[in-house]
Amino acid sequence: MTRLPFPVTLARKIYTSMVRIRSFEERICRLYSQQEMRCPVHLSTGQEAIAAGTLIQLRRQDYVVSTHRNHGHLIAKGAALKSMFAEMYGRQTGCSRGKGGSMHMSFPQAGIAGTSAIVAGGLPIAVGLAWGSVLQKNRRISAVFFGDGAVDEGTFYESLNFASLKKLPVVFVCENNFYATNSPQKARQTNPRIHEIARFFRIPGTCIDGNDVVAVYTAAAGAIERCRKGAGPSLIEARTFRWKTHVGVESDLEKGFRRQEEVALWFRRCPVKRFERYLLSRGMVSQQWIDTVRESVDKEISRAVEFARNSPYPRPETESTDV
Amino acid sequence: MWDKAPEQSSSGRNQKPRARGRGRLLSYREAIREGLLQAMEQDRRVFLFGEGIDDPAGVFGTTAGLQQRFGAGRVFDTPICENTLTGIAIGSSLAGLRPVLIHMRTDFLLMSMDQLANHAAKWKYMFGGATPLPMVVRAVIGGGWGSAAQHSQPLQAIFAHIPGLKVVMPACAYDAKGLLLSGIAEQSPVLFIDHRWLYDEKDAVPAAAYRIPLGKAHVVRKGSRLSLICVSFMRKLALQAAAELAKEGIDVEVIDVRTIKPLDMVTINRSVGKTGRALVLDFGYSFCGITAEIAARISRDVFGSLKAPVYRIGLPDTPTPASPVLEKCFYPGPDAITDTIRRIMRGQKRVGKHR
Ligand SMILES: Cc1ncc(C[n+]2csc(CCOP(=O)(O)OP(=O)(O)O)c2C)c(N)n1
Ligand SMILES: [Mg+2]
Repeated sequence: MTRLPFPVTLARKIYTSMVRIRSFEERICRLYSQQEMRCPVHLSTGQEAIAAGTLIQLRRQDYVVSTHRNHGHLIAKGAALKSMFAEMYGRQTGCSRGKGGSMHMSFPQAGIAGTSAIVAGGLPIAVGLAWGSVLQKNRRISAVFFGDGAVDEGTFYESLNFASLKKLPVVFVCENNFYATNSPQKARQTNPRIHEIARFFRIPGTCIDGNDVVAVYTAAAGAIERCRKGAGPSLIEARTFRWKTHVGVESDLEKGFRRQEEVALWFRRCPVKRFERYLLSRGMVSQQWIDTVRESVDKEISRAVEFARNSPYPRPETESTDV
Repeated sequence: MWDKAPEQSSSGRNQKPRARGRGRLLSYREAIREGLLQAMEQDRRVFLFGEGIDDPAGVFGTTAGLQQRFGAGRVFDTPICENTLTGIAIGSSLAGLRPVLIHMRTDFLLMSMDQLANHAAKWKYMFGGATPLPMVVRAVIGGGWGSAAQHSQPLQAIFAHIPGLKVVMPACAYDAKGLLLSGIAEQSPVLFIDHRWLYDEKDAVPAAAYRIPLGKAHVVRKGSRLSLICVSFMRKLALQAAAELAKEGIDVEVIDVRTIKPLDMVTINRSVGKTGRALVLDFGYSFCGITAEIAARISRDVFGSLKAPVYRIGLPDTPTPASPVLEKCFYPGPDAITDTIRRIMRGQKRVGKHR
């Protein structure tokens, strides 16, 4: 890891954000078998650094658009954990009032415009949000997260082209975890270097270790600055790995979809542990501080789950509202 | 857990599967797989492709082991680019192959719409029939477990709406295999839509390859008082409802349309001409849906025999909600059918708001 490009107070915030994401999804794993969260869940465990390192730098009114694997982005951008849990529990108090489930959460008051479970579906929408802020001169920028799978779709290229053409304030963040479901990147793309695609569109493209939150922060800082200056979009390819099955709370290793060495390698690169060791070894935080953070996050999550479970289900007649 | 159907109040008991004729009992899932396998054995031009079809899960088990059997040249995983894959199917068909393009969900077909509607559906006609265009696009419907708005859309009506596409929707294992083999043998594009709530339903299926002609409905149960005309999964509910109503002395005829385009109005009209009452069921949106088409034709063709208006049950005019309580309102169960039929039989004016 490189030298810290941000003050210790910010480092602590970023760490806390990562712990919140990790703990949120660990809690889902613990509770999912109770079958009260009756929706498919796509966990981002192992990929937390990308959401936290990028979104901590956005303002509340800046936009973010995400995918089926969206929990980290929502949490890092400031969605309320209780309304996320309530959504997964199918309750009226959920951020989508029980209409969306885990795959479809939005939180407009924190700039979270929405999440699409259609691969690459969010890309042009993020470009449109950026166009909206340019035209209305409200200085909002737009960040869009997508997987390596989205690079297979035509709209990925069309979105880059349009954003570049109009010099729009978009940060394209590709979370390259090397798989789309169980289809490896090399079975779908001849050039694994996704960031190189940006260059063709005259967009700066960088490739970083997505499990190194400092690297994520630095790359995102550059991209965001370009947006704020009106210099146009950037693309960040953040390489990472998802620890859980594509959908659900199991592990691909147990299911026999991954090799032991591959999984072990990525477990060693745990983004949360890494940043924790980094901060501890430099005396930026104490073990006691870490324990306190984990404890308070745990309590926050318990309260959120409690809130969700105690919330009413939507009234049946709301099935036909909001159309 | 991805595969679970939402809970339904079931007033009708499940039909026990019985091996009729010379078939073995085979599940809907296995029947589709066998159809694909035999099509590939019979005709070297047939190949299968689609996102994740080589996955150990094998598109709900329907493509399991086929790559091992036929090799990666004829069964392969693809990039996630549905529209382009559809164009590739068209091109390879024009070059003499018989592509079968497989999607896990019908929602993704919306990505294919340009190649499907502007190209596949038109190619034969706009060049005056110069070249045939055999190709099958197979996709899966059926949501549940909070699949929600983007992973559960039954879009059969949209495809049927486009001139130049045939739409096949089997509701039992026997039909699935026979219609799939026919679809692959067709000379123009066929959409084959299977329903995931049916995958474990068993039925007698002959081991040999056989074809069921497109455009032939099937009278699944004979009856005299009302014709229950159904599409896809609704056949299962229709049979449950018919069994329930039989106990009350209401003798219902059940017709599975099997292919919504071409549509077999002869069989449907013959039945309604006899019973004088019709309820049309689709696992799809009622608004501008298949049920509307069928109901309009019945009302015109056998108007003189009708003793009651033609009613319909389908999905409401809303996207699919995620919450289990809302899903329950969204998907009709067998009770909706039995209730509606009782009201029709009593000659009630108000049969139900979506009917
Ligand atoms: C247009 C479209 N095609 C196929 C799918 C099915 N699908 C859902 S997620 C997924 C894989 C996505 O992989 P990636 O973009 O790398 O994201 P990851 O799941 O790895 O985070 C696929 C193929 C879909 N949702 N949308
Ligand atoms: Mg991926």
